[in-house]
Amino acid sequence: MKLVNLIKVAFSALLRNKGRAFLTMLGIVIGIASVIAMVSIGQSSSQSVSEQLSTMGSNMILIMPGKQMRGGVSMGVSNSKSLTMDDVTELKAKSHYIESVSPSVSSGGQLVYGTNNHPGNVQGVSPVYLTIRKYELKQGVMFNDDDVRVASKVCIVGKTVTDKLFPDGENPLGKMIRFGNVPFRIIGVLEPKGRNQMGQDQDDIVLAPYTTVQKRILAITHINMIFASAKSEEVSESAATEATQIIRENHELTGTTENDFEVRTQEELLSMMNSVTSMLTILLAAIASISLFVGGIGIMNIMYVTVTERTKEIGLRMAIGAKNRDILLQFLFESIILSLLGGVIGIVLGLLLSYSASTMLGWPFIMSEFAVIGSFLVCAATGVFFGWYPAKRAAQLDPITAIRYE
Amino acid sequence: MEKEIIKIAKLSRTFLVGNEEVHALKEISLNVKQGEFVSIMGASGSGKSTLLNILGCLDTATSGEYEIDGISVKKRTKNELSEIRNRKIGFIFQSYNLLPRTNALENVELPLLYNNSFSAKERLERAKEALIAVKLEDRMFHLSNQLSGGQQQRVAIARALVNDPVMLLADEATGNLDTRTSYEIMILFQELHQKGKTIVFVTHEKEISEFTGRTVVLRDGIILRDEKLISKSAIDALADYPNLMKVVS
Ligand SMILES: Nc1ncnc2c1ncn2[C@@H]1O[C@H](COP(=O)(O)OP(=O)(O)OP(=O)(O)O)[C@@H](O)[C@H]1O
Ligand SMILES: [Mg+2]
Repeated sequence: MKLVNLIKVAFSALLRNKGRAFLTMLGIVIGIASVIAMVSIGQSSSQSVSEQLSTMGSNMILIMPGKQMRGGVSMGVSNSKSLTMDDVTELKAKSHYIESVSPSVSSGGQLVYGTNNHPGNVQGVSPVYLTIRKYELKQGVMFNDDDVRVASKVCIVGKTVTDKLFPDGENPLGKMIRFGNVPFRIIGVLEPKGRNQMGQDQDDIVLAPYTTVQKRILAITHINMIFASAKSEEVSESAATEATQIIRENHELTGTTENDFEVRTQEELLSMMNSVTSMLTILLAAIASISLFVGGIGIMNIMYVTVTERTKEIGLRMAIGAKNRDILLQFLFESIILSLLGGVIGIVLGLLLSYSASTMLGWPFIMSEFAVIGSFLVCAATGVFFGWYPAKRAAQLDPITAIRYE
Repeated sequence: MEKEIIKIAKLSRTFLVGNEEVHALKEISLNVKQGEFVSIMGASGSGKSTLLNILGCLDTATSGEYEIDGISVKKRTKNELSEIRNRKIGFIFQSYNLLPRTNALENVELPLLYNNSFSAKERLERAKEALIAVKLEDRMFHLSNQLSGGQQQRVAIARALVNDPVMLLADEATGNLDTRTSYEIMILFQELHQKGKTIVFVTHEKEISEFTGRTVVLRDGIILRDEKLISKSAIDALADYPNLMKVVS
């Protein structure tokens, strides 16, 4: 039989059983749609991470207290007091690659203004923190070194905090808010920055002099973290190495003693996150592939049923001159058409899904040509692979028995 | 002399069931000339269908010779046998075997789909002609399940005619039909015979075999009788049929 006719015959056989054809396709549709969506969304998210990398600048360095190991047992991070202002001073004094250094101490609690309150967090830093984190002031001024020295009860707030505490659009500048029982005067408001790639709201922030938080709120002398910025992106690795060295010396760690702190560059953090997202993408795509495989088995199953059901038809076709090849190809085309059609619908559906997901999350939408073409090929292969055995079985039927089959 | 369409010499067919051999046909010899209308009779299990399947190249003999239209079918590949079925033989079965949810025209077209020398237009024309020949010109676009048994069998006959075969092979073609409809189908076969078609018709009803010009009777795989007779007219039989009913009641 001519190829065109074979395809026509396969099509009309499928059309004779539209409902079943649709349900059979559904497995493939879902499989392909989820593969496409997963891959696309994964790529969108890593794209958004690298976009943030370029806007944030990658010269930030984070120093955190590390795990304290005692005989190989981790003592936990939270109660670690290994970082002090002394480390900050040392870094400032000795480093060649570091531009600015700011300590950070933070305390969680309720922020109150009048009858409005907001569960927040006051972060104690030094004035250079703004430049390190690339925050801009929208209104007012940053507190200065004098405020730090005298532990002034002043603060800078982000948009989320002002929205919550001043819902009527009152000018927050100069207002007194309360954090626990400590009153703070708002002297500056930050430009909104939006969410970071981990989904954290970067505008849900209250900045105060670190001395204020240390003495008036927490009554501690150590600090939680150190934020520093390298002089340029290029030297951020060297700056990190140098910082490690300086703090090790300051902590009098010698030889092979492990660090009691951790140094991370912004770049490292981002690539770490990227690797997490790409791992997630691979994992999700793998799960989606399984559903595609299940869809393929669905096709095989239905093709087997179809062949059995249509035994008489197969016998008749053979009696009137169909060759084994004609029967084989007819059923093979039926399964290929099913899976390709399912694939096309799945691709469209998957792209729609990932488009709406990226739009909702504010990520760039990326259509992965690789995934689209790949899915299409996989579908064709699925059709051939899972259609082969049923089709082969159909072609090997004995015409005499087939035609008498009831 | 007329051409021999079927030439069978010492043809046997043995089935192996378990360890036992079943001799369905035992050294049968039989010739059918072009334009003959032959009925094959015999009790159940006498080998009628087995013979017809071999005549139709659906099955091959265990031993012996078979020539169809001058071509030996011995040592043919499966594909060659398919081609012979497609070009030279028109099959009619007891249970019509029309494709479900498919209209009469498409059913009739089917054999031509397996012959690459026909264009879509030619297929349609041929199918229409065949349906006109079986007097179903007003049912061309009816789906198979919208037709009566007699009409379905007519579609099947049209399907057997569409490739202009050298012979029609019918296995109990009237087996599923009532007497009246059987007569109508026999009228059709007689018409086709008059137009020169060679027909081999398996039946176990003596009455039906009387409409053919020659009856071959099988018993246990051998030919018991092979006799030519003057065929009864199916038209007359149909005309008498209602009267017969009256007499009975
Ligand atoms: N595929 C087969 N395998 C084994 N034995 C078979 C097979 N086909 C037919 N036979 C045997 O061959 C013999 C002839 O069978 P066949 O079908 O030709 O009879 P028939 O004359 O057509 O009978 P009926 O009038 O019942 O259709 C029977 O004994 C049957 O059991
Ligand atoms: Mg039989």
